Amino acid sequence: MSKRELRNLAGKSLVGILCAITAGMLIVFLYGIFSRGIGVLSWEFISQPPRSGMTEGGIFPAIVGTFWLTLLSIAIALPMGILCAIYLYSYGRPLWFVKLVKLAINTLVGIPSIIYGLFGMAVFVNMLSLDVSLISGALTLAILALPLIINAAEEALQGVPKDFTEASIALGAPISKTILRVVLPTAMPNILTGTIISIGRVAGETAPIMFTAATFYSRRLPSSLSHEVMALPYHIFALMTEGSKGSLQAPIAYGSAVVLLLMVLGVSSIAIIIRYRFRRNKQW
Amino acid sequence: MVKAHICTNNLNLWFGDNHVLYDVSMCVFENRITAMIGPSGCGKSSLLRCFNRMNDLIPSARIQGSILLDEEDIYHPKARVTDIRTRVGMVFQKPNPFPKSIFNNVAFGLKIQGKHSKSEIMDRVEKSLKDAWLWDEVKDRLHSSAMSLSGGQQQRLCIARALANGPRVLLLDEPTSALDPQSTAKIEELCLDLKSKVSILIVTHNIAQAGRISDYTAFMYLGELVEFGESSQVFTVPKDSRTEDYLTGVFG
Amino acid sequence: MQIMEKSFKTLSYIAALFSIAAVFGIILSIFLEGLPLFKVVSIQEFIWGNAWYPTHGEAPQFGIRNLLIGSVYATLGALVIAVPLGLGSAIFISEIATPRLREIAKPAVELLAAIPSVVYGLFGMAILAPFIRELFDLSTGLNLLSTSIILGLMVVPIIASMSEDALSTVPKHMREASLALGATQWETITGVVLPAARSGIVGSVLQGFGRAIGETMVVLMVAGGSAQIPGSIFESLRPLTSTIAAEMGETVMGDLHYRSLFAIAIVLFLITFVTNLVAELVFLKRRLK
Repeated sequence: MSKRELRNLAGKSLVGILCAITAGMLIVFLYGIFSRGIGVLSWEFISQPPRSGMTEGGIFPAIVGTFWLTLLSIAIALPMGILCAIYLYSYGRPLWFVKLVKLAINTLVGIPSIIYGLFGMAVFVNMLSLDVSLISGALTLAILALPLIINAAEEALQGVPKDFTEASIALGAPISKTILRVVLPTAMPNILTGTIISIGRVAGETAPIMFTAATFYSRRLPSSLSHEVMALPYHIFALMTEGSKGSLQAPIAYGSAVVLLLMVLGVSSIAIIIRYRFRRNKQW
Repeated sequence: MVKAHICTNNLNLWFGDNHVLYDVSMCVFENRITAMIGPSGCGKSSLLRCFNRMNDLIPSARIQGSILLDEEDIYHPKARVTDIRTRVGMVFQKPNPFPKSIFNNVAFGLKIQGKHSKSEIMDRVEKSLKDAWLWDEVKDRLHSSAMSLSGGQQQRLCIARALANGPRVLLLDEPTSALDPQSTAKIEELCLDLKSKVSILIVTHNIAQAGRISDYTAFMYLGELVEFGESSQVFTVPKDSRTEDYLTGVFG
Repeated sequence: MQIMEKSFKTLSYIAALFSIAAVFGIILSIFLEGLPLFKVVSIQEFIWGNAWYPTHGEAPQFGIRNLLIGSVYATLGALVIAVPLGLGSAIFISEIATPRLREIAKPAVELLAAIPSVVYGLFGMAILAPFIRELFDLSTGLNLLSTSIILGLMVVPIIASMSEDALSTVPKHMREASLALGATQWETITGVVLPAARSGIVGSVLQGFGRAIGETMVVLMVAGGSAQIPGSIFESLRPLTSTIAAEMGETVMGDLHYRSLFAIAIVLFLITFVTNLVAELVFLKRRLK
């Protein structure tokens, strides 16, 4: 074998090994969490509140809390995000303003989540006196989700062939109608997948809700926007770092992690499957 | 008597279950231009890609028969595909220079072989660019990006890049179909000039082009080599009625 | 008709304005809350002071040098692990894997990028750290090594998926041209494909950097938390983000400690903002070419 062939084989093997190491590490990671947490799961675990100082019982309030936080934040961010994407797509003028909006979106994407938490605390909790509450957390998460949704929606809109728009406008339809009747419906599946992926992201965030919404223990389910809530990701963190009976709390943390993982991975898989189907069936 | 340079012998090719070439036997002769013509989908490009084993890249491709390059079977298990591709150069339909400098494009093949000195590479690059009639246009900007060249220049750069390896045979896969008439004419003239240095096999869907530049012509139809002979004969007194129909525009 | 058209335009304009307002709101809030610290503590003292005793009764000290260096170490450690693994995986998936394997690997990588960081933190704290402690016979496994491994593991899918995107946008005919010149597949990858995808790959690494330096939960749970410059990979550390998260609960709104944590957020923001700008410029340069 020549030197070049040897190098070819060595190089290809190297990246193969690197990929195998990556896969191995991720399998060890997932196995570590699932093997310790799956045994904890039971109907009681997901349907009951915690008991006996967090050492027994379930995580039902945390699941409900995460559900409401996610739902509310997406409900706020989705229309906002789509409208902003529509602006970028169809009006896009003046140019300096578009550039500014794009810079803003890129900046938002890059801001660490803990800074969102501080912002939410300073503005929603303190300045607007919403206190540590479901609504403060949801608003904070909404701003975190906003750039993700704008990017997904803009990409989806850009993916609609210009011929469609031009055909509609040539038929005399005004821009608003063209967008609502032609562009949006065509782009919807992609907007949807982008949104679902942001749902996964929002549901798993901890730092933004630490000081704005989350509490370690709450006896009641949130019945109003001004209540503090338990949330799955924060619950995992708190079980590991607070409370006095660490060894009894750890299994519950693993169980919560499995529930959170199943939720996030499940939701993201749905998005990936929708996108896959949509791409395959695409007529244009 | 002209010498056969590279010959196929009862060559069959499959992509999966799809039988693409049937018992093709033909030759490319030394210092001659051989043209392959035929309607799209007839297998002429697939056949071209057998000569430098580019079909190896398609996992489902399967081959039967042999191709002899200077009496040596290029599909022999011990044959080195990288060597074969250095000896059989190829130019593609769309100009595809690397996003590198003009110099580095031409030097690429020599650099990866790793056995040439710097000055040697310099000389070979200059010679190849001269052979491809590009030297005068680019000699002052060898280190600017190849992407800044026009389409016709890019294609001549690709020819220079292939020539730098010092190939015996040059495969051209519809090299002018993406170019304007002027650039096309220049490439055709270039081919006529180059045949003193390399044997050329050119696939073209332009019948007139084949007539203008080729010494031999192969007509392919539905994966079969229908007719192969000197161009003067194929174009004037085709033996097969299908060749005649194609040349007179009955189908195609 | 006209009204509908007008109001639609106005609404979308407002939404666009809102995204700008959000950024300004975030910047304004952290600067307003954080800047007053510098009336008491000089910027130099803050950035380069090596003592972080924000709650010391008489003479609290607000030097974040050790925290800053802790963040940089943890991030670099993560990249040392994540860049070879992520880029290697991307090359394997894009260039070498069979189409079938690729079709499974690509969404798998995307899924992994969605795993919440707190779960990585849990794994690091409860599984990896004890393992590292026993393996090297240490007093604690909550150290720079564990932090780098977990942060790296978290960043791998980001680098892998973005690099893979960059590699797969390199047109097929580039690879063919190289192979037809007698290059081996590895020579094609290193000589043609990687250079052509360079800006996308650099972008993915910058993105990974931004993600690692801004990550909170992992470092909060795994780094150990002592405000020192780690002398070796077996010592614990305290990055900027975990300092904010760990201490914000103890502060009183408006006091110096509270302000100092916001000042840390300013530093963090500037780091990620500059990283982002650089990434933008890298991409812009490619587009201009």
